[in-house]
Amino acid sequence: MERIIKVLNEINPTVNWEKETDLIGNRILDSLRIVQLVGALNDEFDIKITPMDVVPENFCSAEAIARLVGRLEDE
Amino acid sequence: MKNITEMLDRSAARFPDKPALRDSATEMTYKTFADTARRIGSFLAGRGITRSPVAIMTGRSVKTPAAMFGCLYGGNFYTVIDTEMPAERIKNIFDTLCPAAVIVSEEYSEKLEQTGYGGFTADYEQAVTSQPDIRLLKETARKAIDTDPAYVLFTSGSTGRPKGAVVSHRSVIAYINWFSKTFGIDENTVFGSQTPFYFSMSVSDVFSTVFTGATIDIIPKELFSFPMKLIEFLNARKVNTVYWVPSALGIIANWRVLDYAELKYIKKVLFAGEVMPVRQLNYWIKKLPKALFANLFGPTETTDICTYYKVDREFSDGESLPIGRHCDNCDVFVVKEDGTEAAPGEEGELYARGSFLALGYYNDPEKTAAAFVQNPLNKSYPETVYKTGDLVKYNEKGELMYITRADFQIKRMGYRIELGEIEAAASAVSGINSCAAVYDRKSDKIVLFCTGKEKDGSVITSELAGRLPDYMMPQKVILISTMPLNANGKIDRRMLAESFGG
Repeated sequence: MERIIKVLNEINPTVNWEKETDLIGNRILDSLRIVQLVGALNDEFDIKITPMDVVPENFCSAEAIARLVGRLEDE
Repeated sequence: MKNITEMLDRSAARFPDKPALRDSATEMTYKTFADTARRIGSFLAGRGITRSPVAIMTGRSVKTPAAMFGCLYGGNFYTVIDTEMPAERIKNIFDTLCPAAVIVSEEYSEKLEQTGYGGFTADYEQAVTSQPDIRLLKETARKAIDTDPAYVLFTSGSTGRPKGAVVSHRSVIAYINWFSKTFGIDENTVFGSQTPFYFSMSVSDVFSTVFTGATIDIIPKELFSFPMKLIEFLNARKVNTVYWVPSALGIIANWRVLDYAELKYIKKVLFAGEVMPVRQLNYWIKKLPKALFANLFGPTETTDICTYYKVDREFSDGESLPIGRHCDNCDVFVVKEDGTEAAPGEEGELYARGSFLALGYYNDPEKTAAAFVQNPLNKSYPETVYKTGDLVKYNEKGELMYITRADFQIKRMGYRIELGEIEAAASAVSGINSCAAVYDRKSDKIVLFCTGKEKDGSVITSELAGRLPDYMMPQKVILISTMPLNANGKIDRRMLAESFGG
């Protein structure tokens, strides 16, 4: 989780990432930031996030992002 | 046809129960669409608001086309406001436009308040429940002529006074006739609309829909964050025609989304607004080999488009697509610096003439006089033409090739340099998804911004060295994780230049 927050802070340090539960609805993550975030996550965790994984359910909160990363690391 | 509202009258009579407009929440049939617009028209004209500018703040929903036609039924001309713009910029537009009314839906009333607007406010929800006055609308339509303005479209400059092109009913009717005929738009067309209503490209999909009895699906902006959801949406709505900016098509190409999912219904892929990178186009063509692909080109001042090219051959990654040939009723010609017509292969500025031309800029005689000028090749009678500010030339096939904005061409070390050529060369380097070349006048340096897999700027530089002459080489390559886009979805060059201090 710490590493996820670190990556998220690089995208926007002013957001309280652990508290926010609707990153999409509140427009904290828009299309550009998601592209940016996916690239950063791929690099940081050495995983490959495919378009199949890029759905709102996986990006609505830091926790959901952590779950996605955990799943892809296991694969 | 002399008035755009006749398009809606006709389609509402032919296809009353067919869906005309859909957003994520609402569907409006032609009957409801026409009825809603006539109520808004009566609401305005009944209060004496006619032949006046009206601003619309109803967001990205079916309400906006309904309000646009409502203004037109009332004999007014409209400006759609980007509701995500800072209040200060909206105020700048109001200062130029001086709207007689603002149509606003509930969710944007706070935004309107922030602008300090003190004139008449027409509440959308109230206007659509007022009674239609068909006699008043008929009388209004009778007085209208086809050279009356239909809308004022403000261009996206972020500094200074906003510039609003005034476009007449006649221009829209002539343009939409051409657009619908050329791309086979008819009642079976389902548009997936990407461009905002305050951007000239939306004129094509909105009005050709109404003109032909087609259906338009307004794609929610957030779907462009989730490519698989976007594909699901397009399939679920049976969208068969898209007219998008290349950056939006690029989202699907760069993610290689069509390796994972199929676009089942798409038959036509049209694009305009910025240069389409050939590598991304080739991905689309590979995945949709039977679809029609067309590159459209033109400024807001020619309604939307003045030249077009239907892709009819293969292009390799570093090549540029032609912008093609002129449209019906909108001719173009190329003028050299010395004021004479350019021969094939010679560079010059593109001029446009004909029915698609805007009337000029709203409340701005100076800018109008600078851009709408006497045809330099016609000394015999008064003929106003539009000076596009774009440099072009004809290739050996007689197709127009876009070079750059006239003010985007730079002179360095005695050479004339097109930043677009540097971008074309860079976009062919593998590992680069998108790029933008920016010139910093102060330091006399060319800076290339790139996104993509390649993480080493020096690799890009050495690749480019094999493709570009010395004097065109960028002094600096900056790798960024994402390309900034402006409100219209195009690469935000101004932001890039400012980030570099240029």
